Amino acid sequence: PSTPHDKLTPAGSIAPEVSQYPGVNQLSSTLGGLSLQHSQQPESLRPVNLTQDRNILPVSPVLAPVPNLNSDLRKLNCSPDSFRCTLTNIPQTQALLNKAKLPLGLLLHPFRDLTQLPVITSSTIVRCRSCRTYINPFVAFIDQRRWKCNLCYRVNDVPEEFMYNPLTRSYGEPHKRPEVQNSTVEFIASSDYMLRPPQPAVYLFVLDVSYNAVEAGYLTIVCQSLLENLDKLPGDSRTRIGFITFDSTVQFYNLQEGLSQPQMLIVSDIDDVFLPTPDSLLVNLHESKELIKDLLNALPNMFTNTRETHSALGPALQAAFKLMSPTGGRISVFQSQLPSLGAGLLHSREDPNQRSSTKVVQHLGPATDFYKKLALDCSGQQTAVDLFLLSSQYSDLASLACMSKYSAGCIYYYPSFHHSHNPAQSEKLQKDLKRYLTRKIGFEAVMRIRCTKGLSIHTFHGNLFVRSTDLLSLANVNPDAGFAVQMSIEESLTDTSLVCFQTALLYTSSKGERRIRVHTLCLPVVTSLADVYAGADVQAAVCLLANMAVDRSVSSSLSDARDALVNAVVDSLSAYISTASNLQQSTLIAPNSLKLFPLYILALLKQKAFRTGTSTRLDDRIYAMCQIKSQPLVHLMKMIHPNLYRIDRLTNEGTIHVNDRVVPQPPLQKLSAEKLTREGAFLMDCGSIFYIWIGKSCDNSFIKDVLGYPNYASVPQKLTQLPELDTVSSERARSFISWLRDSRPLSPVLQVIKDESPAKTDFFQHLVEDRTEAAFSYYEFLLHIQQQICK
Amino acid sequence: MESVVFIFSLIDCCALIFLSVYFIITLSDLECDYINARSCCSKLNKWVVPELIGHTIVTVLMLISLHWFIFLLNLPVATWNIYRFIMVPSGNMGVFDPTEIHNRGQLKSHMKEAMIKLGFHLLCFFMYLYSMILALIND
Repeated sequence: PSTPHDKLTPAGSIAPEVSQYPGVNQLSSTLGGLSLQHSQQPESLRPVNLTQDRNILPVSPVLAPVPNLNSDLRKLNCSPDSFRCTLTNIPQTQALLNKAKLPLGLLLHPFRDLTQLPVITSSTIVRCRSCRTYINPFVAFIDQRRWKCNLCYRVNDVPEEFMYNPLTRSYGEPHKRPEVQNSTVEFIASSDYMLRPPQPAVYLFVLDVSYNAVEAGYLTIVCQSLLENLDKLPGDSRTRIGFITFDSTVQFYNLQEGLSQPQMLIVSDIDDVFLPTPDSLLVNLHESKELIKDLLNALPNMFTNTRETHSALGPALQAAFKLMSPTGGRISVFQSQLPSLGAGLLHSREDPNQRSSTKVVQHLGPATDFYKKLALDCSGQQTAVDLFLLSSQYSDLASLACMSKYSAGCIYYYPSFHHSHNPAQSEKLQKDLKRYLTRKIGFEAVMRIRCTKGLSIHTFHGNLFVRSTDLLSLANVNPDAGFAVQMSIEESLTDTSLVCFQTALLYTSSKGERRIRVHTLCLPVVTSLADVYAGADVQAAVCLLANMAVDRSVSSSLSDARDALVNAVVDSLSAYISTASNLQQSTLIAPNSLKLFPLYILALLKQKAFRTGTSTRLDDRIYAMCQIKSQPLVHLMKMIHPNLYRIDRLTNEGTIHVNDRVVPQPPLQKLSAEKLTREGAFLMDCGSIFYIWIGKSCDNSFIKDVLGYPNYASVPQKLTQLPELDTVSSERARSFISWLRDSRPLSPVLQVIKDESPAKTDFFQHLVEDRTEAAFSYYEFLLHIQQQICK
Repeated sequence: MESVVFIFSLIDCCALIFLSVYFIITLSDLECDYINARSCCSKLNKWVVPELIGHTIVTVLMLISLHWFIFLLNLPVATWNIYRFIMVPSGNMGVFDPTEIHNRGQLKSHMKEAMIKLGFHLLCFFMYLYSMILALIND
């Protein structure tokens, strides 16, 4: 048989003939010098003069950089939406990484909604014997019977069943099996992967019914939403549901099948909460459906005359935990004020006069460990706690958020919520609930991230509990949760030219099936500093830095975190400039791959989480920090640097066709007031909210054709929807907006803002390139960076 | 009088050595996954204050009995213990927090700290032993 050298195939490809099995790593190690590391990606290394070039923002949204691999590997590689690295060219040694001054880490979105997912139901799941990596497209097959793990290099045997390919009905081609042809697969796990029989879906709703909550009026919306979506809750015939309400006492509801109406049981001993009945508080959804519907219809009216102003959240949560511990599941907590009674009571810590302080911002960490302890207890019993905070005043989100952070829950925040005075928030709650109740969910999950020998992961970011050095415990996993990890290079990666990362998420589906979702990412290793910069993924680096900055703000101080962010830009650009020694020192040069780095960092510094000098409520700030830690990259980037489009002059130029619809593609605009004009209308896509800003002298034809009003003055202040008019511009505008809407799972709310409306600040705070009283403009920031580099 | 001081310090130092060894054993159990983070941290947090008190007593005793060199030797470690105890953030469940012990390399740093303390206490043990024998001879 001929040796791999005869083929001279580029490193890392799989030869087409069946008789040869040149493995990826085998070739790369023998042909190391011939691998694609010469003058790669000249475009991404092209120097950009930031101070002179005014228009660095590309006209279409920035895409993830493609790793520099050959086309076969590129096709097989994991989608960047699920798995992304801050450096697509991994430095070979820790010393090289330190020289580049860029963070090395991974951004994951492992449970994202996928349109195409190969599901493998084979009886054997092939894994490496020593490191337990799942077989993936980047392993090397040494002859037909053995395979070499790409993470620990151990040679394993190919099991007999694996030789048969059920898809092509052929024998003897293990490398054609779907596990080896797809980098994102889902395995159906056998009973070896279960500690207990898969749990049913169990949902518990804990609702605040104090006076404050009734005033805010959220209960109607929640009950309505539940009634509409009761049949769409993920689950099977074993799904269970329960309700707890609380004010200064805790109320349980007996929904036993056979009762004529739901029975309320009140426990007023909040210092030692107990469950009034052993069962029938969490009932089977299908058996007790009528009772549940009766309860949901009656709940909003039951508490209209309440005079209870206290909120005993802590005892209610303890009761909820007791109720859920036998099975595990999901607790959804709706809170409208500071918990003021019983265990876990919190005090108002915010000083309103310190909101615009440029110095120390205090109280970013929790005040008590009660919620953290509760979250750990819940996590141990496979229960996640999701928090919906609908408050109009300070509610110490910093402490309350702990209940979700460590139990893998999620946090929703509606500041100044009121059912009639604030229709935007009500609409947002409705939309969020619809997504929340109907989206996919995974129970009793654990996640493990493995990397090639030599790399190690040391810090994890996201709503999770780190159970051991690399095992992450997620009581619930949802498709809108993102995670980030930081890595370091423990040993030099000298004997390989490719490194791989694998995320394995083991979970119980809502139908009671134990499944494992595996994502595998492969990236090349480089030895030169220029190549490291050529492969830098600026969006991933910014998101990882944002996560790190949140940790630094809480453990050290906000100003330290801000300084660290600025230093990240300064250090990396000055390291780049010193490598490209033939460039002048008087201007600020960045490689094309990092040209947006200063802009994104400036946007991050002006974000609610990190800004100083502008009045920011403490809860808003904490919520922004929680979002940074838990949102996936795509959503986080829109939060940090929203997309701005001009929509009053949409043309057919560059339109794309999606599902028989013509969608205009207006160019992206810089986030600066200089791009706004009085005669225009602009749409800002901030991820979960769209703002449409209408200039004072906006063309009347736009106002008539798209908004449906005769002139500018008649447009109401709180318009939240574009009417369906039969005009060309209305069609175009609505088509564009619905195309943007469909590209994300969470339906955003729309808000139309006139130029003189008080909500104007919501729009203008996102124009990050402009100067404000407390912060630099983009150009000034560039000069500041240049100054720091030259020091 | 001298000898009493040193006998007491010797016993105290013995106790601190045992405590350091206990910390090291518990932390390495956590590393090898024999116990979980929650129980490890609650075990260790229980002994943080006794360790603090034990070490501070020795330091103060040395100060009172005017043994300057030994006092200055013990002072940094005692100050570090007190600082570490006071600077626990309000949301954490003690010096050893189960949510953070596996994150950010805290396990390694705690292990290193326990090892250093063990070495230090062993050194002090022999110093007290020598001084005690000297004091007993001189009496």
